[in-house]
Amino acid sequence: MSEKQKMVKVFIMGEAYDVPEGSTIVMAMEYAGYQLKRGVGCREGFCGACATVYREKGDYKLQGGLACQTVVTDGMTLAQIPFVPAEKPIYDIKNLKPDIDTIKALFPTVFRCVACNTCTKACPQEIQVMDYVQALKRGDIARAANLSFDCIRCGLCALRCPSEIVQYNAATLAQRLYGRYLAKKSPELADRIVEIEEGKYDKELEELEKMPREELSKKYYAREIKLK
Amino acid sequence: MYPEYMMKSIEMVEKTRPQRLELAKKHGKQVFPPMNEKEREIVLNRFHPDYKKESRSEVRVGVNKGEQLTTEVADLLESYSRVDPAIFDLNKADYDTDVLVIGAGSAGMAAAITAGINGSDVLLVTKLRIGDSNSMMAQGGIQAADQKDDSPVLHYLDVMGGGHFDNKPDLAKALVNDGPVAIKWLEELGVMFDKNQDGSMMVKPGGGTCRSRMHSTRDYTGAGICRVLRDEVYNMPDKIKYLEFTSIIELILDDKGQAVGVIAYHLETRQYSIIKARSIIIATGGFGRLHIRGFETTNHYGATADGLVIAYRAGANLMFMDSVQYHPTGAVYPEQILGFLCTEKIRTMGAQPVNIDGDLFVYPLEPRDVEASAFIRECTERKKGIKTPTGKVGIWLDSPLVDQINGEGAIQKYLPAMLRQFKRFDIDIVKYPMLVFPTLHYQNGGIEIDEKGESGIPGLYVAGEAAGGIHGRNRLMGNSQLDLIVFGKRSGYWASERAKIGVKVGKPTMKHVYDYEKEVSALDIPRKKIAPIILPDYIPDHVKVKQKTTEYFGTLI
Repeated sequence: MSEKQKMVKVFIMGEAYDVPEGSTIVMAMEYAGYQLKRGVGCREGFCGACATVYREKGDYKLQGGLACQTVVTDGMTLAQIPFVPAEKPIYDIKNLKPDIDTIKALFPTVFRCVACNTCTKACPQEIQVMDYVQALKRGDIARAANLSFDCIRCGLCALRCPSEIVQYNAATLAQRLYGRYLAKKSPELADRIVEIEEGKYDKELEELEKMPREELSKKYYAREIKLK
Repeated sequence: MYPEYMMKSIEMVEKTRPQRLELAKKHGKQVFPPMNEKEREIVLNRFHPDYKKESRSEVRVGVNKGEQLTTEVADLLESYSRVDPAIFDLNKADYDTDVLVIGAGSAGMAAAITAGINGSDVLLVTKLRIGDSNSMMAQGGIQAADQKDDSPVLHYLDVMGGGHFDNKPDLAKALVNDGPVAIKWLEELGVMFDKNQDGSMMVKPGGGTCRSRMHSTRDYTGAGICRVLRDEVYNMPDKIKYLEFTSIIELILDDKGQAVGVIAYHLETRQYSIIKARSIIIATGGFGRLHIRGFETTNHYGATADGLVIAYRAGANLMFMDSVQYHPTGAVYPEQILGFLCTEKIRTMGAQPVNIDGDLFVYPLEPRDVEASAFIRECTERKKGIKTPTGKVGIWLDSPLVDQINGEGAIQKYLPAMLRQFKRFDIDIVKYPMLVFPTLHYQNGGIEIDEKGESGIPGLYVAGEAAGGIHGRNRLMGNSQLDLIVFGKRSGYWASERAKIGVKVGKPTMKHVYDYEKEVSALDIPRKKIAPIILPDYIPDHVKVKQKTTEYFGTLI
């Protein structure tokens, strides 16, 4: 970002700094001189490390977002959330049933949901968090898994929840139950594994492994490309 | 939204779109003739950043001394330890474990889980949080030859051809042959692969593949896998202990040259500790945050090649560290997402790269190095790129075609991360194309390993992006996600087996570091040049002047 750029004033944990207009919160903090350790991660909105709370100038509302995806505005006051203390039950995925009893046993707090929708409003991924919590309450694992799929576990939902639910950990369980138990299995995959275990491709692979470069190159450029 | 002058070029793209859509309907993916061997060679030689003279420099220290490496890598390796190792009592261990795993992306976690299941006590150490990694950010997919019209043999050909036949054949073979089992392993852990109604895998092609074998979990494939592995790590507290915000700054060898421990440094409490281990697995990922050739990167904040540095100092051989993968489609506009990954899956679902006039100029699914070079040619020699208001240049990735080819709602359903990413900055990729240019993406080479994932140093294993040899000098889309699992599991198993057998350990020593530093100081390199750098430094110069840190090469955390 060029030095000549227009600047805006932000308040990082209450202290005023002038930072380039258009900066994300992460960029603004670095520009101010912070070497970030917590509150920063992939910097592309995929890891959930940079949950942030902020207020915009003249606004009473406390807003949440990802620091790497939120552009600062003039007069913004902000703070990073370094860590979210949250309960995570221990389970053996191999010995669970994909039903409501599992949810009851591992995430009893889910049933405390008062349907206030605060979680959904807090989600920087715009996930229908309350809807998947309601699905979990009904034991609809598939719906919960699909609705929550894009969750990146930033923790903002759990931090705002008046019923102390850790939505994102419950979502992880739902997704794993769906992937392991409810998704239909692929017959081709099972068949191919049997073939490999029987050594069907061993000979051909060994030949290719030993093949001189030129010969292999010829074979490669001559291979038929058949794309679905 | 795009500025008005860019909208003029978009009008050209919209004008040619109906014809290009017809082409896709008629010829499927083959909307442009793929390059032959000669054409590939020409475009790579002339336009790939690796082939520029200044991109490579001779490394003057260590095992690979005299070889040409990527300039920034050679530079990083010619450095001193962060601390004087003489201040530590190597016989006093703060932690003692069977298997130590360094790095907690998908490779490290697959290794930890495998070693734990195999009966070993595991210590998983990461300099950020468990799961913070490039693995988490991968979008497009994971390859495995499980379709009826496909086979590990065809997959092998693609891997080798993509890598220009430089790959270590035994590693490529292991990769393709373990592929389907890796997918099954992940599914049993609860990864939600995209599927068709009948349960069959919904597969797509990738750049340089001859069959459609790309499995995905929407366009969050890395996260779809990595978060399941993380949950599983948390579910094994009896077998896997972990340390976060802990960086490994040096390996400890014994007098027989075996890897027997490490020096660790906690980023927050600034305490050093000694960890003793029967086996050590380096799964520290790649080097994107070195910003090679000044490129923006798709990589995680922690991608600073720390494992490469400590292994090299301990005498491990590096392979193909003269090659860098630039992902063809990094975001160029808006400025806030500069260099961000625009997944290859957008092209596998039919999006076409077009120039300022709306003309298609390359087969959309060439191997990454070829595709990236063709983009650079279009923007430089042919001057058919589109300039942004800040002077960057890119070509259009015509994303609206995805819905037109696959049906309305396809982007929403299969590319939600991309849709969300651009929507945050007021660009609707369903309606408008994305401006892209190659971005620094992947470390093709790394520490040389064998089929078990073991390096040349006994007891030292490597998995994931830090390992070298599997992909030669160019990795194909989806083979990284696969190698994390295949070599994560292999290294985890063999490291665990080694720990079980119980190798006789000699006297711990840091002689390798002293010897290495002697070589470095003979080159008159200033003592303040230290590595691993642990994290990149994005503090502006005028602030660093006041922090009195301008003379340091790495970070001073």
